[in-house]
Amino acid sequence: MWYAAVAAGSFRRYATYQMATVAGVFTNTVFGFIVAFTYLALWHERPHLGGYDQAQALTFVWTGQALLAVAALMGGGLDELQERIRSGDIAVDLYRPADLQLWWLSVDLGRAGLQLLGRGVAPMAVGALAFPLALPRDPLTWGCFLLSVLCGVVVSFALRYLVALASFWLLDGSGLSLISGLAGMFFSGMLLPLRVFPGGLGEVAQLLPWAAVLQTPADVLVGALRGGALVRGLVFQVAWAVGLLALGRLVQSAATRKVVVHGG
Amino acid sequence: MWVRSSLAYRTSFVMMAFGNFAANALDFVAIMLMFSRIDALGGFSLPEVAFLYGTSGVALGLADLLLGSIEGLGRRVRDGTLDTLLLRPAPVFAQIAADRFALRRLGRITQALLVLGWSLPRIEVDWTVGRVLMVPLMAVCGTAIFAAVFTAGAAFQFWAQDAAEVQNSFTYGGNAMLQYPPTVFAKELVRGVTFLVPLAFVNWLPALRLLGRPDPLGLPGWVDFLGPVVAALMCTGAGLAWRLGLRSYRSTGS
Repeated sequence: MWYAAVAAGSFRRYATYQMATVAGVFTNTVFGFIVAFTYLALWHERPHLGGYDQAQALTFVWTGQALLAVAALMGGGLDELQERIRSGDIAVDLYRPADLQLWWLSVDLGRAGLQLLGRGVAPMAVGALAFPLALPRDPLTWGCFLLSVLCGVVVSFALRYLVALASFWLLDGSGLSLISGLAGMFFSGMLLPLRVFPGGLGEVAQLLPWAAVLQTPADVLVGALRGGALVRGLVFQVAWAVGLLALGRLVQSAATRKVVVHGG
Repeated sequence: MWVRSSLAYRTSFVMMAFGNFAANALDFVAIMLMFSRIDALGGFSLPEVAFLYGTSGVALGLADLLLGSIEGLGRRVRDGTLDTLLLRPAPVFAQIAADRFALRRLGRITQALLVLGWSLPRIEVDWTVGRVLMVPLMAVCGTAIFAAVFTAGAAFQFWAQDAAEVQNSFTYGGNAMLQYPPTVFAKELVRGVTFLVPLAFVNWLPALRLLGRPDPLGLPGWVDFLGPVVAALMCTGAGLAWRLGLRSYRSTGS
C-alpha cells in the first residue's frame, strides 16, 4: 500500500515542525477564547439562537478552532502542488506510476492526521477546562464525529485540489487560493455557525460543500444531528466528496493534456 | 521594487487586493449577521461596535502596511538569508520592513476606513474640536502600539525561529478582540490587554471616553488619555528587544 506509506510520510514530515505546532495551538486557543466570549454575549441576548443552547454554541467555537488546521479551512496544505504546477515540475510527477489525485489525497490525509493530534486536541482540551462544553459521553457519537471529520477533510481536499489545478491556467494561483480560502472561512461556519445565518442565506449556505467541512462535523459532536438526521448529514458529506473528487478527475485530465514539456 | 513586482501579475494583484479587502469585510459581515438577530451586544449598538471595529482595523492595517513583512524574519533566520541584509549598509530593520512590501494590504485599511466612516455620524457623541481630534490621535497611537507588537514579535523570532504564529495571536487576535466591546470579555482578559499587553489603549479606553461609557475595570478617567505615553513606552521596549535579538543572532549552522 503505497498511498498509506505516502500518508505516513506526510504525517512524520509535519510532526517535525514542533515549534510551529505549539505556536499554532497557542493561536487557536487565543482565538477560541475571544470568539467564545463573543458567542456568550450573543447567546445571552438570544438564548437558543439557531437551535443551540449556550454549551452547544461554545462547543461549536472550540470545534472550529480544533478543525481549522485539520480541515485547512483557510485553504493551503497543497501549496507544494501549486508550486510544482507553476514551476513545471509537475511534468515529472505525471510520468510517475502513481495517480496524481490519490497521491495528493494521501499526502493531505497524513497532514490532517498529524494536525488532529497536534492542533486539534489541545485547544479543545483547554476549551473544555475553561468553559462548560456539550461534549458527548458515549463513544459512538465520538466515532461518528471522527468519521464526519474524515469526510470533511476529503471534501476540503477535493475543493483545494481544484483550486490548485487552476494554476495550470492561471500561472499565479495565489489570488484564487486567497478567495477560495475566504469562501471556506465564511461558508463553513467558522465565522458564525451556518444555523445562525438569517433566512435564505442560511438555507443556501447549509447546502454548499463548505458546510460539509465544519458545520456537519460540529453538529454531530454537539448532538444537533441524531438518528436519521445524522445519517443524512453523513450522506450529504459523502455526496459532496464523491462529486468533487470526480470533478477533480475531469479537470485533471483536461489539465494534463495541456502540459507541454520542452524538449520532450 | 516590490510594488512594481506585485503589479506584474495584474489579475492576481487585483484578486489579492480584493481578497485582502474581503477578508476583513467578512469579519464585519459576521458582526452584521449577529446584529440581524440582536439589537445590542454587551450593551453596545451596531454603530458603536462598528466604531470599535473601524478604529482597531485602521490601526492594525497601517501597522501591517508598514511592518507586516517583518513576520518573515523567522524564515530568514532559519535559512540564513538574514546574513545578506547584515552586510548591506542600511539598517536591518528598515530592510526587513521594506522586504516584500505589499501594496495589497491597502485593502484592509480601505475596508476599516469605510466601516469607521459609516459609524462616525451614527454614534451618539457630542462632537467638540477635542473629541474630533481624538479619532486621528487614536489611529496614530494605535498604529504605534501595533507596530511595537509586530517588532517585539519579530525580535522573539531570533530565538524561536518558526513561531511566527504566536505573533498573530497578539496582532490579529488583539484586533479581533478590540472589535468587540470590552464588556463582552471576562475581567481577567480585559486586565491582560490593559496592563500586560496594553492593546486596550489602541481604541477601547479612548473610545469608551468618547462614547461616554464607564470602563469595566473602573480605572481613573485620566488613564483614557495615556495612549501616546503607552505607545512611546512600547515602541522603546520593542526597539530594545529588537536590538537585543539582533545582537544575539549567530547566523545559521550547527
